[in-house]
Amino acid sequence: MNLEQLQQKVLAAARAHPPGNRVPYAFEKRILARLNEAPAFDRAALWAGALWRAAGPCVALALLLGVWSFVGASNNAATGDEEFSQQFEQTMLAAVNENGEVW
Amino acid sequence: MERTEAELIAAVLKGDTASFEPLVQKYSPRVFATARRYARRESEAEDIAQEVWLKAFHKLKSFRGDAPFEHWLMRLAVRTCYDFLRGHQRNRETSFSDLSEPENHWLERFAVQPESASEHADAAKQLVGRILEQLSPPARLVITLLEIEDRSVKEISKLTGWSVPLVKVRAFRARAEMRKVLALLAKDKYL
Repeated sequence: MNLEQLQQKVLAAARAHPPGNRVPYAFEKRILARLNEAPAFDRAALWAGALWRAAGPCVALALLLGVWSFVGASNNAATGDEEFSQQFEQTMLAAVNENGEVW
Repeated sequence: MERTEAELIAAVLKGDTASFEPLVQKYSPRVFATARRYARRESEAEDIAQEVWLKAFHKLKSFRGDAPFEHWLMRLAVRTCYDFLRGHQRNRETSFSDLSEPENHWLERFAVQPESASEHADAAKQLVGRILEQLSPPARLVITLLEIEDRSVKEISKLTGWSVPLVKVRAFRARAEMRKVLALLAKDKYL
């Protein structure tokens, strides 16, 4: 069997039988009735909508906090080093100081 | 006085749902003809058509009006049909051993004398349905639009939202897929 010829024949048969365009009785009324129905309560859609609405403010807040922590860290950089060294020293020598009081 | 399409659409967008009815009446024959190309049963065609109109109503805001409403609607219809095919992927592993008597007869006539097997015969129509049913959703859509409805690659690209190269690739694969299905048909019938 010549498959190429069969393919052409089958496609010609499909072209020769176009589907009908008959519309069921009162189809437009049915569509209008569906459109006028009260919207069904869709929990997933509500969640999705709420999450989408929350996404913008969350991104803005994250950016704001990022900028704030970056700017704050750079302002405190100079004094922060000194404080940190003192705190580090106190922590390291805490045990020695306590022992000193015992002696 | 009869209102124009643009007036009807504007009214719907303002909240007058009843103005949608003349649009449904006017374009439903085209929507049904498209849906019937992909549906197996009449009830499926009705489901598709209903889905198309509900989507059209809810997405009407996205209709910009720079192209005819019919083109916008047909894009929506084709995409809904494609979604339907993907959602109802049938078992495509079935063989052709259960062909009806007229289908067998038509194939036998084709095997003996290809010209004598008329493409207008009902058996040919049934066979086409069986063969298209075996194709994957993208292959079926491309074969239908390109080979059966005789649309251009550019038109298919607009209807489906696929790029022109993607349509060409899918058309190439679809033809190969169809040849494979026909080879299976020939094997089941004659081996």
